[in-house]
Amino acid sequence: MLKRVHFPPSILPYLLVAPQVAITLIFFIWPAAEALYQSFLIEDAFGLSTEFVWFENFDALFKDPQYTGAFLRTAFFSGAVAFLSLSLAIVLAGFADRVVRGATVYRTLLIWPYAIAPVLAGALWAFMFNPTLGIISYALEFINVDWNYKVNGRQAMALVIMAAAWKQVAYNFLFYLAAMQSIPKSVIEAAAIDGAGPIRRFWTIIFPLVSPTTFFLLVINAVYAFFDTFGIIDAVTQGGPANATTILVYKVYNDGFVGLDLGGSAAQSVILMALVIAMTVVQFRFIEKKVEY
Amino acid sequence: MVEHRPILTVLTHLVMLTGILLIAFPIWITFVAASHDAIRMTQVPLPLWPGDQFWHNMKITLLGSGLRGTETTPVWWMMFNSLVMALSIAFGKIAISIISAFAIVYFRFPFRMGFFWLIFITLMLPVEVRILPTFEVVANLGLLNSYAGLSLPLIASATATFMFRQVFLTIPDEMLESARIDGAGPMRFFWDILLPLSRTNIAALFVILFIYGWNQYLWPLLITTDADMTTVVVSLKQMLTAAEATPEWNIIMMTALLAMLPPILVVVFMQKLFVKGLTETDK
Repeated sequence: MLKRVHFPPSILPYLLVAPQVAITLIFFIWPAAEALYQSFLIEDAFGLSTEFVWFENFDALFKDPQYTGAFLRTAFFSGAVAFLSLSLAIVLAGFADRVVRGATVYRTLLIWPYAIAPVLAGALWAFMFNPTLGIISYALEFINVDWNYKVNGRQAMALVIMAAAWKQVAYNFLFYLAAMQSIPKSVIEAAAIDGAGPIRRFWTIIFPLVSPTTFFLLVINAVYAFFDTFGIIDAVTQGGPANATTILVYKVYNDGFVGLDLGGSAAQSVILMALVIAMTVVQFRFIEKKVEY
Repeated sequence: MVEHRPILTVLTHLVMLTGILLIAFPIWITFVAASHDAIRMTQVPLPLWPGDQFWHNMKITLLGSGLRGTETTPVWWMMFNSLVMALSIAFGKIAISIISAFAIVYFRFPFRMGFFWLIFITLMLPVEVRILPTFEVVANLGLLNSYAGLSLPLIASATATFMFRQVFLTIPDEMLESARIDGAGPMRFFWDILLPLSRTNIAALFVILFIYGWNQYLWPLLITTDADMTTVVVSLKQMLTAAEATPEWNIIMMTALLAMLPPILVVVFMQKLFVKGLTETDK
């Protein structure tokens, strides 16, 4: 966009953008338009006739306590995942920032869970917390905790939150560490000379200075918890027990592919799309702002 | 370090070690579970120390004679499927986005901004959101149970196009001017100047995309009904379901271990590129 010089006009640029535009049209625009269109339709039970109903699907969704419940649950779930993984990551990064020798070793040992697929992370945690066999469930018996996430909805929620946060710590840690390492050492030293101890320095200097990173990570973590955690939920609880862990993205899948409620699922897709677009806009706004820092 | 406080240094290392233990514990449990025989894995409490069946379990898992009562597609074949999918997504994304970024930055043509926005929109629509209609489109095109159906819908990506656009914008205009004076056409300029200059960016992007592709779950789950086309990540879920009836956790955990190994190796051995790719593509 900002180049002064260009190649002379020809057909070549069209050929160059053609593959990506074709894939975008076929696999993005077409399905998205389809979802939008279907969200205005109601199909009868046998799929024989469809009726155009404007916003009836959306109306039905927001009156459905199942859906509003899933909405609140998703908000709680992503808030908890973001809080847990961000606070763990900032503590680890704060200490890692102090390490002089062996810092890269620590970094290597902390970042690799990023590479683990969500469904595998879910499988690992489900295994550790397996009600009959799990090693942690066994340990919990000694402190008289009756652990069975397959019947207890709260425990199921706690388990998927832990698994999701565990996987995301690596990512947050990397960004926090980079942000802390870019704080000029002279600022920290000046505070130390003025008599501020490590904890005080963390709260009054480091924490405010990494707040742009915190905000960026909040958005990223929210997107992660909204969409990428599908695998974890599917591996650990399949949305159960009694919908206790059915978050929005799981409900879209469940209603569409298992319940075969096309209109309702499409309306949910449209709502999710609006949510993602809102999050992306927030994120971009923030990046524009960050340039001024 | 700002001040010298031995106690604080000890505390620092203690906290780091605790963090690492916390992060590594689930993997350790997986590794231990994968190294015992099936009978030991049904006795409470489960072991915390590895047994001697690791290589045996790996052999029967890879060759597919491990799990009773499920389809017997060997794990090595599903890992091959995962590899094909991850590589096609990585190469495909890089190829189509580098040429479209090239066109958008170095040419002035009608509808250029239109194309740019068309690509930009895809940034906002993860596959999970538009899952059902995309499935219908792919089914209509007859791409179910094929490598093309596995990778094509995941290939279009605005992030990669953005990153290459950013890289190209930092390349000085003088490069293009001197290349044109020397008589180089657009494609010559692309091959001889742009491509070599963006080599590390391509590598960094490749690392991220490989992990992304390998770890895909929902999409392959939906479009592969044929057991021979399943990826290893999807197969693990099927094993978990089967485990409700006959738990053979040693085999399941071995499969999990094998499924997570390639992306972990990529992260650990290409750490520099990985960090570069992560910090540059998401912003």
